[in-house]
Amino acid sequence: MKLALFADIHSNLEALTACLAHAQALGAQRYAFLGDLLGYGADPLAVLDLIERHAAEGAVVILGNHDAAVLGRPDDTLNSNAKAAIAWTRAQLGPQQLAFLEDLPLVVRDENLLFVHASAAAPEQWIYVTSLREAGDSIRAAAGAFVFSGHVHEQKLYYMNAEGGPMLFQPIPGVPIPVGKHRRWLAIVGSAGQPRDRSNKACYALADLERERLTFFRVPYDHDLAAQKVRSAGLPARLARRLERGA
Amino acid sequence: MGTLESGSEIDGFRLGEVIHVGSMASIYRLAGAEGPLPLVIKVPRLGPGERAVNVIAFEVCRMVLGALAQGPHHPTLVAFGDLETTPYLVMEYIEGPRLSDWVRRAPVAAEEIARLGSAIGLALHDLHRQDAIHLDLKPTNVLFRAGEAVLIDFGLAHHNHYPDLLAEELRFPVGNWVYMAPEQVLGIRCDPRSDIFALGGLLYELATGRTPFGNPRSSRELRRRLHREPVPPRALVAGTPAWLQEVILRCLETDARERYASAAEVAFDLANPAQVEITERGKRDRPPGWRRRVQRWLWARKFEPAPCPPPTTAAGPVPIVMVALAAPPRAAALSEALHDAAGRLLAADARCRIACVTAVPPAAALSGEREEDTPTGRHIRHLVELRRWASQLDLPEERVTYHVLESEKPATALIDYARVNEVDHILIGAPQSGAATRLFPGVCGQVVADAPCSVTVVRARSSV
Repeated sequence: MKLALFADIHSNLEALTACLAHAQALGAQRYAFLGDLLGYGADPLAVLDLIERHAAEGAVVILGNHDAAVLGRPDDTLNSNAKAAIAWTRAQLGPQQLAFLEDLPLVVRDENLLFVHASAAAPEQWIYVTSLREAGDSIRAAAGAFVFSGHVHEQKLYYMNAEGGPMLFQPIPGVPIPVGKHRRWLAIVGSAGQPRDRSNKACYALADLERERLTFFRVPYDHDLAAQKVRSAGLPARLARRLERGA
Repeated sequence: MGTLESGSEIDGFRLGEVIHVGSMASIYRLAGAEGPLPLVIKVPRLGPGERAVNVIAFEVCRMVLGALAQGPHHPTLVAFGDLETTPYLVMEYIEGPRLSDWVRRAPVAAEEIARLGSAIGLALHDLHRQDAIHLDLKPTNVLFRAGEAVLIDFGLAHHNHYPDLLAEELRFPVGNWVYMAPEQVLGIRCDPRSDIFALGGLLYELATGRTPFGNPRSSRELRRRLHREPVPPRALVAGTPAWLQEVILRCLETDARERYASAAEVAFDLANPAQVEITERGKRDRPPGWRRRVQRWLWARKFEPAPCPPPTTAAGPVPIVMVALAAPPRAAALSEALHDAAGRLLAADARCRIACVTAVPPAAALSGEREEDTPTGRHIRHLVELRRWASQLDLPEERVTYHVLESEKPATALIDYARVNEVDHILIGAPQSGAATRLFPGVCGQVVADAPCSVTVVRARSSV
C-alpha cells in the first residue's frame, strides 16, 4: 500500500495536480493532505474541490493554520501578505467550502501512523518543528506512531536513536529510505504549493507501508502559470515571485 | 540468537558449514544453493547478553550493501530477512586471501605494498563515489580476488543517502580502534577521508609490522592519535622507500584536509611511485623530537576536525584531468589551445589534478647512435617537453604529473592509462593535416570512441 503525503498546498492547483499525477504514476492508493490547503495561491476553489473528492474516497485531510485563519480563527503569526491572501481567499469561498473546512481535524491517528499539520505535541499551537528539541517533543507525543507533518516548508526526516535522542536527516529527493517499524520517525514532507528552499519544484512524499520505505520527491510543475494567476487575482506580487524563485 | 548448527534452516535457506563466528554475527556457507554466485548467510548475534550495536550493525549492513551497485569491490546482497522476526543476510561469498595474511608476514616488500594498497585505494574510491564510507577498514575486512580488492563487513558503514543509525548511538566510537581516524574518535562519521586514514594504518602495518598508534585499550589511549604522530616507518625498517613513507604518512595526517583528498589519488601514487613528490614527510628517519611533540600537542588543543566534504554521486572528489600531448610537439597554436582548455578546467575546480601524458613508439625501434637518441635520452627529452608545456600552467608540484608511455599503439596506451588511473576527463588535440596525423592516424578518434571518461577534443582557433 502506497500512501502519498502532501502538505502546505496553499491554493496552488498546478503544483497539487503535478504531485498527484506523479504519485498516481508510482502507484499511490492512499492520500493524506496535511493542512494549509489554502492561503497564498489563486485557486482555493479548485484545490478544495480536488481534495474534497479525495476525502470522499477516504483520504486523510488535516486542518492547517492558514485554513483556520480563513475560518476566522485569529493567528498573530501570519504576515501582512499572508493576511491579505487569507482575506481574499475567504471572499472566494461559499458555505459548502467553509463547512468542509470546519469539519477538518487537527490530528488523525490511524494505527501506527499519525497525521498532523505542525507538532503532535500541541497541534493547536502551530509549533514550527525546526530543531531537534521540537522534533523530539512531537515524536514522543505520537507515542510510537510514525508522524507525518508539514507547516515547515522544507523536507526533513527526524528519527530517534537507540538512546532516545532525536536525530535529523536531510533526505535526497528520489532516494527511498528504509524506515523500519522498530524505529520512531517524523517526516516533514515539504510544501507542495510554496517551496522556499531556492527550488521552485513542488515537494511531496510517498510512503510504501508494506516495504517500510519513504521517498521524498521534488516535482517540476507550471509555476509560471501559478504565478501569473496570483498576479491576475490581484494578490501581493511577492507571492507570485516566491513561486517563480522558490524563495 | 546465538550460534546455529549447520544443517538448520532459516526462512527456507539451509545453513552449511560455519565460516566465521564473530562477536557481532556468524557466517555460514549456504547449502544446496545453485546459482551463478557462491553464497553465504550472515546471522547476527541477537538476544540477551548480546550488544545493542549488533542489531544496528545488521540494519546498516543491509541498508548500505542494498544501496551499492553490483560491482567487484564488495559482496552482492541477494536476500535478507525481517529484522524483528528472522534477521539474516544472504550475500555473495568472496573467496580469496585476506590482507591479514600479508600483515602476518610484515614487513612486506614495498612493491607488494604498493600493489595491495593501490587495489584497496581503487576499491575505496568505488565505494566513496557512491556516497558510501566503510569506516571499519581492517586487515580481516579486505580480501583479494583476481588482483582486485574486495571490502567486506559494512556493519559500521555510512551512506550519505540514508539516516546514519550509528551516529551518536554509543558513548564509545564504534569500529576498530587500531585504524580509526581522529575525526571518527570525535564522533564524525561522514568523511570518506576517514577510510584513507585507515588505509594509511594498513599500509603502515604492512611496511613495519607495527600499528601506527599501538593497540589502544581505553578512550584516553585512543585519543592519543589526535596529538601524537606515528614513528616514521623509515625509523623502524631502514629500507622503506621515501615515496612509500610519503604516501603512508600523508594518509595518516590528523587533519583530514592534509590527507589525500580521494582514495583514487592514493591508488594513483602507489601505482606510480616515481611520481610521488617527496616532502619532509617522506624523508623523516627518526621519531619526532620533544620540540615537535610539544608543538603537536599545542596544535591538537585547538584542533577542529574538517567539515565533511559534500556528497557526490558522479565522480571522485579530486578530478584527474589527463592532457594527451603529441610527441614531438605540434603546432604552437594547438599547444596554446590545450593550455587554455586545461587552464579553464583548473580554474573551475581548485582541487583538480593534471596528468600530462604523451605516447611514443618503443625506443628500440628508433634508437640511434647519439646520446639523446638512446632510450633513456629520448625518455628524458619527452619528459622535458611535458614539463615545459605544463610550466606555464603555474601549478604546485603535487597537482601535476608527467608520463611518457611507450607503445606501438598510442591510442590504446592512452586509454589504458586513463582506465587504470581513474582519469575523469581527457583533453586531446584535434587531428591536423601534416606529418603527425599521417604518423598516427586516428589516435584522437580512437580515444574519443573508447575512453572510459569524458573527452574534450581541443582545436586551435582558425586564423581565418
